[in-house]
Amino acid sequence: MALLQTVDLKRYFGETRAVDNVNLSIEEGEFVSLVGPNGAGKTSLINVISARLTPESGKIIFKGEDITRLSVTQRVRAGIARSFQLVNVFDDLTTFDNVALAIFSREGKTAHLGTLAHLDHAVANEADAVLKQFGLAAKRGDNARDLSQGERKLLDVALAYALKPKLLFLDEPTSGVSTRDKGQIMDTIASVVRGEGITAVIVEHDMDVVFKYSDRIVVMAQGAILAQGTPDEIRKNEQVAMVLLGSSGPDAFTRKD
Amino acid sequence: MPAARTGPSVPVVLAVAVPVIVAFAVLPRVVDLYQTELLIYGLTFAIAALGFNLLLGYTGLLSFGHSAYFGMGAYTVAFIVRDLHVQSMELCILAGVLSTFVIAALFGYVCVRHTRIFFGILTLALSQVLWSLAFKFFWVTGGTDGIRVARTGITLLGGLIDFKGSGSYQKFVYAYYYYVLALFAISAALMWVIVHSPFGKALQAIRDNEIRAGFVGIRVRRYRWIAFVISGCFTGLAGVLWVPLNGLTTPDILYWPFSGEIVFMTVLGGFRTFTGPIVGAIAFNYLKVYAVASSQYWQMVLGCVLVVLVMVLPTGIVGTLARLGGKLRRG
Repeated sequence: MALLQTVDLKRYFGETRAVDNVNLSIEEGEFVSLVGPNGAGKTSLINVISARLTPESGKIIFKGEDITRLSVTQRVRAGIARSFQLVNVFDDLTTFDNVALAIFSREGKTAHLGTLAHLDHAVANEADAVLKQFGLAAKRGDNARDLSQGERKLLDVALAYALKPKLLFLDEPTSGVSTRDKGQIMDTIASVVRGEGITAVIVEHDMDVVFKYSDRIVVMAQGAILAQGTPDEIRKNEQVAMVLLGSSGPDAFTRKD
Repeated sequence: MPAARTGPSVPVVLAVAVPVIVAFAVLPRVVDLYQTELLIYGLTFAIAALGFNLLLGYTGLLSFGHSAYFGMGAYTVAFIVRDLHVQSMELCILAGVLSTFVIAALFGYVCVRHTRIFFGILTLALSQVLWSLAFKFFWVTGGTDGIRVARTGITLLGGLIDFKGSGSYQKFVYAYYYYVLALFAISAALMWVIVHSPFGKALQAIRDNEIRAGFVGIRVRRYRWIAFVISGCFTGLAGVLWVPLNGLTTPDILYWPFSGEIVFMTVLGGFRTFTGPIVGAIAFNYLKVYAVASSQYWQMVLGCVLVVLVMVLPTGIVGTLARLGGKLRRG
């Protein structure tokens, strides 16, 4: 049984079919890339699955249960977490407090108002471990707003990761980051996610990154799934090359630089 | 590896807080009766502002209706003293905080469905409902005459201390000063724990980014509601303590300018710091008393102070002092 299954999922914005009859299936432990041109509906699909948007129709089945009507927080508790394309962290909290908060939330401790947060050593140790994994240990005392763009992107992912989700959506984790940092961020994310056996769906534009890290690639265009398959299958798919690159041929995905 | 410090050290905080409380305890021996009375007012307002700032500083919600909770506490005391002949201040506190809890839970339930200006307007509108009730139902509330609460009818510590007989005014001021100081210390300690608890961190996360707060699993609306109720109860306690001191409760304390005064106190001290509202409340009380005493245009004096404050010291007294302190330390 698939970990996540969407059934005829639809979300329109007026005439625009952002998500159009999508039947997406994600198996446990997979690292899936979601690709497609701008406006293909990748982020909208993630928004619908994570309850940022409500679908027009269709169903979302997670771990065999219909979660279509669950709220954001209910889906987070069920085990779905996500990061954001535009950095979405707690700017006036320290890097440490950002991650610690996610851990408190996961453990159902955010309702505790009679204990001091910083005296919870189990949470503190775990938060420090997460910061170390993401290379943010040196910045633990800095407010999130004072981090560099690359660090903020990592923190955004670390927040979602600290929830220990079953399924993690990463919406363009390397956008707005220099090419030099891109590889480093992806390496960090891939090693952390694979190390924990988390099922991950990542939206990414850089096809080198996509081919390097994915088990499977799902190509979207105009709100619908155009093709899906292993990196090799997608590399050879001429229709995909046309849509993504505007040209096809055997070397279409080979970088000419 | 020893865990690096991740939050305020409790011994350090106590090392600052205890001497401050001791200094306050010594003050009545140094200053006169009138100044002591002013300090009681200041400490009472400090409790109200502490409660208010849980919403503004920590949850990011600007309430323009906190007069409702202050007034609810005050009128509850007035009612039970007049109609049920209650004398014990502890019973008054219990009843006042309980009734404030109910009204804050009710009003909060409606208000936290909205944020920003809509939240502010709703809190304002609901507080004016209470004001109009106090204003119009004069056969219950005494209308603009209010309800008198004589300090001679009040006892402290379960009847241990009463204020009958000659010289009772002086006795009342000194005893009540320590009573309010103790409750202020307890309130401040409680609030300090709340804002440094996981719950307090969750509120700050909601303040910074409510959407992401939801995506880390925090039930934003519910947490705002809980913060609202706690905030209301602190302000309600302040209202309870204020009545015997003032000797009278009138609809003025339910009217929206009083909500504005609570906002003013908090901004004056600095809403981004824990101690800001405390310093602001005490300072505001002096400011207002002396402005009223020195000029019939006292509202204009306060208005000018507010304008200067927002333009020159947007972080308030405590925020500015902290910044100066930081500069000095760095040389």
